[in-house]
Amino acid sequence: MRLRTSVLAGALVAATICVSALPAAAQDSIYVPLFTYRTGPFSGSGIFIAEGMHDYLEMLNQRDGGIGGVKLAIEECETGYDTKKGLECYEAVKDKKPVMVNPWSTGITLPLIPRAAVDKIPVLSMAYGLSAAAIGDTFPWIFNPPATYWDGLSMILSYIGNKEGGLDKLKGKTIGYIYLDAGFGKEPIPLFEQFAKDYGFTLKLYPVAATEMQNQSSQWLNVRRDRPNYMVMYGWGALNPTAIKEAVKINYPMDKFVSIWWPSEDDAKSAGDGAKGFKELNWHAVGANFPAIQDIKKYVTDKNLTQTDKNHLGQVLYNRGVYNSMLIAEAIRNAQKITGKKVVTGEDVRRGLETLDVDKARLKEIGLDGFTDPVKLTCADHNGHFPAFMQEWDGTKWVKVSEPIKPDMAKVGPLLSAAAKEYVEKNTGWPKRTEACDKAS
Amino acid sequence: MLYREAGQFKTSYVADQAIFPIRQDRIGLALILLIAFVVLPLTASDFFLSVVMVPLLIFSLAAIGLNILTGYTGLLSLGTGGFMGVGAFACYKLTSIFPEVNIVIWILVSGLFASGVGILFGLPSLRIKGFYLAVATLSAQFFLDWAFVRLPWLVNYNISGAIEVPTRTLFGIPVTGPNATPQVRYLVILGVVTLLTWFASNLVHGRIGRSWMAVRDMDLAAELMGIRLYRTKLLAFAVSSYFCGVAGALMVFLWYGSAEPGVFGIDQSFFILFMVIIGGLGSLIGSFFGAGLIYGLPIILRGFVNAVGLEIAPATVEHLTFMTVGALIVFFLIIEPEGLARLWQIAKQKLRVWPFPY
Repeated sequence: MRLRTSVLAGALVAATICVSALPAAAQDSIYVPLFTYRTGPFSGSGIFIAEGMHDYLEMLNQRDGGIGGVKLAIEECETGYDTKKGLECYEAVKDKKPVMVNPWSTGITLPLIPRAAVDKIPVLSMAYGLSAAAIGDTFPWIFNPPATYWDGLSMILSYIGNKEGGLDKLKGKTIGYIYLDAGFGKEPIPLFEQFAKDYGFTLKLYPVAATEMQNQSSQWLNVRRDRPNYMVMYGWGALNPTAIKEAVKINYPMDKFVSIWWPSEDDAKSAGDGAKGFKELNWHAVGANFPAIQDIKKYVTDKNLTQTDKNHLGQVLYNRGVYNSMLIAEAIRNAQKITGKKVVTGEDVRRGLETLDVDKARLKEIGLDGFTDPVKLTCADHNGHFPAFMQEWDGTKWVKVSEPIKPDMAKVGPLLSAAAKEYVEKNTGWPKRTEACDKAS
Repeated sequence: MLYREAGQFKTSYVADQAIFPIRQDRIGLALILLIAFVVLPLTASDFFLSVVMVPLLIFSLAAIGLNILTGYTGLLSLGTGGFMGVGAFACYKLTSIFPEVNIVIWILVSGLFASGVGILFGLPSLRIKGFYLAVATLSAQFFLDWAFVRLPWLVNYNISGAIEVPTRTLFGIPVTGPNATPQVRYLVILGVVTLLTWFASNLVHGRIGRSWMAVRDMDLAAELMGIRLYRTKLLAFAVSSYFCGVAGALMVFLWYGSAEPGVFGIDQSFFILFMVIIGGLGSLIGSFFGAGLIYGLPIILRGFVNAVGLEIAPATVEHLTFMTVGALIVFFLIIEPEGLARLWQIAKQKLRVWPFPY
């Protein structure tokens, strides 16, 4: 009995430690949790994102003392791209009143979507997650600027069409689609099939399961047999470098291999010289020659306030992390402006995101002139469907090779509304939007 | 000192054959149930309930399921994740086709579908055992993985290929969906797990459990004694998969709230298998211990690092947790290869004869 009591007591003590491990949110700071994955099979992409996200916010803390004079309490939570751990992170940060969460995984975003409205925590899933979340009237708490996966696909197709001399020239051609066989990769398929019907090309699917990311020989054997005229890739983590290597191995013409915006320098570099000509979409610049990123160098990396490897500054996924944090920071600043409060809450930041307007002048002001196009969100449109451009791997770095490409909203728009409607129908009791719309600030 | 049975005399066979023959055990169990059902929901924080207790109970249930197969019947299986998936998808289909039926009923019914699939993949067990059977059940895992991804009907043609759990209520209180409070979800899971553990306890202590163990210890001898092997083995597969299926349905509906097919992968199967091995093969309480060590310990370690206020980056904590849990598993298996349940048993035995343990 005594042993049992002591075991019980031990368990209770452990539980108390667990519970008390959550420090109460300090009243004079804004709590910004960052869900990151520096471990696991997706760390090859996750590390850069985590570094970029963390460093920009830390730079604001060091240089300006936070946002509007309020320090940011930045805390990382390691998810390992695992839904289980992601939910654990969410529960752990929830009580500390975060102003928003960035799940960085479609798998973690999906269960957070219904919870966001209940817990009053906006979810920023930048260019990933549920595409339909762009419909602000249905999903007032979810934001996915600057473009959805469907936008991305329509941009890739219009780029390919442009290269062939018009979308009608795609008739009779074959386009292969290699993708992560999870929610993320599967989402564009209905639109892809629609395009195939409209333009008369054949679509070949090459799914790669998450457990098979590093072993794609069978998929590429099929690619060699089918000889698609173009290959489109939606990959993440170890899928990207493996696919590029395999494509080089079977001598697939790299200039016909186009990816959505996730492959990094490392992914292309690991395939050697053969990867030259590989293309991907992007919506922001690469390189470290921006005042804001120089400030990161000056205030954060040079002072060793981060774990970032200095060579990572300016790489495509690092800058993606910076872009993500820029959205966080601007949303908080906007929320302060609308509400007049210094320490804002999740509800305020939701309003801040809904009226987010980072124009050219503001980009210049924050030291990111020419880094990216202006972002403007509205109550109804939580995405913006902004154009992206194509960049090409020249063997050592990414080079911009196209003008901005606009998404084909005529095709994507109806699909988005239909998906949002379907989501509401399936989730019986999905709340009607009650959040009032702010006038653009 | 307190844990001694001096003075407790049994006057009937029923008392002698009781699962908890010692009074202190019965009091202890009542205390644990009291804490679990009353104290925790009233006092514990939302974080503790939804991050620690809910997953612990669900994993314990899945571990009991696998333990029935592997621990009690001696049939090695690597398909646990897949069977959990069958339960989850079955529950999703059932509740979307018949939304008016109570979700708890569907959770309990969904296990039957897992049972069916379990029996199907258990058929090879009539001819093969050991590693060969492990490979046969591995094929179940891979086939089910494939089916979850490839059959859009299972997720009602959802484009993201994931289950999105709708809100369902019990007596007007939401138990699934975003509005279900951790307390309600915890209590529903606790109820289901307690009920099924009680059921499993009765099974393994009765005739069926005896025949399972006879098959485990030597199937030839069991057959000579008149135990029908195919019936016993398939029953073990059916019951085991039922438990796993219910655990899977609970996991998606009352914990995750949405799930991609990826969560029912081979990793999940191994995760549960480790729990069974660490906790103790052929022990129900071992299933709870195993779940506690494999799932709970990393969380406690992370909480500990935070509580001490050490300035360690989260990724480093993650690596450290991996190493510590690994080291602890090796340590426990060195001092007791038969698992935590055996340690627990030894401790109790020693206390019963205290102060003269032998």
